[in-house]
Amino acid sequence: MKKKIISMVLTACLCFSLTACGGGSEEASSTGTAAQEDSADSGDTAEGADDAAQEDSTSGGLIKVGIINNDPNESGYRTANDADLKANFTEENGYDAQFAYSKKNDEQISSAQKFIQDGVDYLLISAADTAGWDSVLQDAQDQGTRVILFDRVIDADESLYEAAIVSDMEKEGETAVNWLKDQGLDEYNIIHLQGQMGTAAQIGRSAALDKAVEDEGWNIVTQQTGDWNADNAQQIVQSVIDSKDSFNVIYAENDDMAKGAVAALDKANISHGVDKDVIIMGFDCNKWALEELFNKNWNYDGQCNPFQSEYIMDVIDKLENGEALTEKKIIMEEKGFDASTITQEDVDQYGIG
Amino acid sequence: MSKDRKTSTGSGILTKIVRNQCFIPLIALLLLVAFNLIADPGFFKITLADNSAGNPVLSGFLVTILDSGSELAILAIGMTLVTAASGGQDISVGAAVAIAGSVLLRVLCGSNSRPETLQAPIIVAFLVSCLVAMLFGAFNGVLVAYFNIQPMIATLILYTAGRSIAAWVNNNELPVISEPSFKYFGEFIPGIPIPTPFFIAVACMIVIGLVLKFTDLRLYTEAVGINQDSARLNGLDPKVVKVLSFVILGVCVAVVGLIKVSRISTINYSVIAKDIEMDAILAVALGGNALSGGKFNMAASIIGAYVIQFLTTTLYKFHVQSDALPAYKAVVVIILVVLSAPKVREWLAGLSKRSMKKEAV
Repeated sequence: MKKKIISMVLTACLCFSLTACGGGSEEASSTGTAAQEDSADSGDTAEGADDAAQEDSTSGGLIKVGIINNDPNESGYRTANDADLKANFTEENGYDAQFAYSKKNDEQISSAQKFIQDGVDYLLISAADTAGWDSVLQDAQDQGTRVILFDRVIDADESLYEAAIVSDMEKEGETAVNWLKDQGLDEYNIIHLQGQMGTAAQIGRSAALDKAVEDEGWNIVTQQTGDWNADNAQQIVQSVIDSKDSFNVIYAENDDMAKGAVAALDKANISHGVDKDVIIMGFDCNKWALEELFNKNWNYDGQCNPFQSEYIMDVIDKLENGEALTEKKIIMEEKGFDASTITQEDVDQYGIG
Repeated sequence: MSKDRKTSTGSGILTKIVRNQCFIPLIALLLLVAFNLIADPGFFKITLADNSAGNPVLSGFLVTILDSGSELAILAIGMTLVTAASGGQDISVGAAVAIAGSVLLRVLCGSNSRPETLQAPIIVAFLVSCLVAMLFGAFNGVLVAYFNIQPMIATLILYTAGRSIAAWVNNNELPVISEPSFKYFGEFIPGIPIPTPFFIAVACMIVIGLVLKFTDLRLYTEAVGINQDSARLNGLDPKVVKVLSFVILGVCVAVVGLIKVSRISTINYSVIAKDIEMDAILAVALGGNALSGGKFNMAASIIGAYVIQFLTTTLYKFHVQSDALPAYKAVVVIILVVLSAPKVREWLAGLSKRSMKKEAV
């Protein structure tokens, strides 16, 4: 008897957990956004798609695009990216855009299927994961939906998409490392704060520094991952300071970690910034980070360009006019800012968040 | 004869010590201390020097442990109560910290994400964030107590949605506070060389200590945790006690949110207090508290929290890849789980009995 009750309770919990999870992710992906398509709804694909298709057949003259993005709350970068897309893919600009958000690949793929059934003209994808997209992209091609990847490339045959608009993380790293070389320090003792291991940004930005360390004979004091997190970065740098190891460069792979590192330096009264003891380098160009540069507290910030819609719209225009694209992979222009030359306009124009 | 008696009383004290719940975390702490002492005694050096604002502050690994471990210790307090009352754990703590921190910044900044002056006193902002965190705690508590959902599953909702809610509170903007006094909570108060988070943690410990001493919170919590039916038959409402434990955890969350946000004067919704819930649960487990509820030892949990930070800082010092940190913590968890398994306990008890018998012979 008792066992029966327990098993019943467990089953109930299991069912509940399923609905609970569903509810959670639904909330997660729709909060704070006017998402017309909710990725969590994708369970009832067939029905929803029919409805949507009927609705959409009324919108004449506009180019229909389905945009699949990661969760805009993921980072300041993503927020700026999403805001940029929303601001540009408007009816005034001749687009009928639908958005779907998820940080899970399978949810993204089912949103893609839904968009294809809706008969969108263009499918814009920033994939959560690089694998598993082949069949859905094939479907898109069969249906005559043209696919443009932005932000991230997918492990699929190049013929399955029209173009990929991406950041070259390695180039970002190289720009930063070349800048560091040009500083002509007597010696380089570097604290390397890595992002979450395995992410494209981490791999690219780490690779450039690793290569320079090997070629130039620079010294790495410590190389650890702070998981993009200011707290972890602060503890890592604090631990180097407490060990009394000397260093003069902090190469942080995002702004948050640079900020955490600076907090540790301030605590130990180690000066940082332009013409000071320690060079601070960050990435992503958050507005507050560029302000730190402007105030000469940091030295360098590398851009990771979130403003992709002009590139995407350029591609769409070309395709609509029947022009051929010269290359599949379009690499965005990305800057690196130096504290000694940055202007207030740069801060306003390129700062995100 | 007299010698025999001596050893038996000696082993009596020993068993008493071993039986004490603080034994496991203290042994872990001693092991870490011994390891560091052998590897590099410089670990224990503390220096007094000025920080960049010109205030004298203490620095050294031990200070870092007290500083960073305090947040975990505060969360461990709430987590211990939740564990004891509901027999489950709250995994939404990190997300709730994000919400609390976000609300705090929202109130301080008003509609402008980069205010020159604070729009509200810090204490008001803190109280508002406290209220919000308690509400979310109550939400979790109601799901657990009234709808009988397993705590880990009930809190999964907030775990998934929390960071998005936090971002939504501030319209996805990243507010930055320039007011220097806001930094006092996460760093140092001018003139006081000990990091403020430690004082905040001590204050929380004193408060919870007094509450446990002078109210029936401990009795009620343990009664509900051990057997909620008999607690109900004795006139206690298990539901209220469970919800209360989640609300108290909410207060702890708000305090941690204040410290976290104050440390960097801004917030990053996706990574603030990431995975801290796992450390908090680990602190409770390391304190020898049964994760299935019932009796609890608050001091042991708090020591457990500092031990975890001690471990983290030690690993940082020896330049262990920080993405390997969870693996080391996992080893600790495995050892703990194995040690607390009934089979192993029985075997250990049998072993000590046998060795005592041998001694007697």
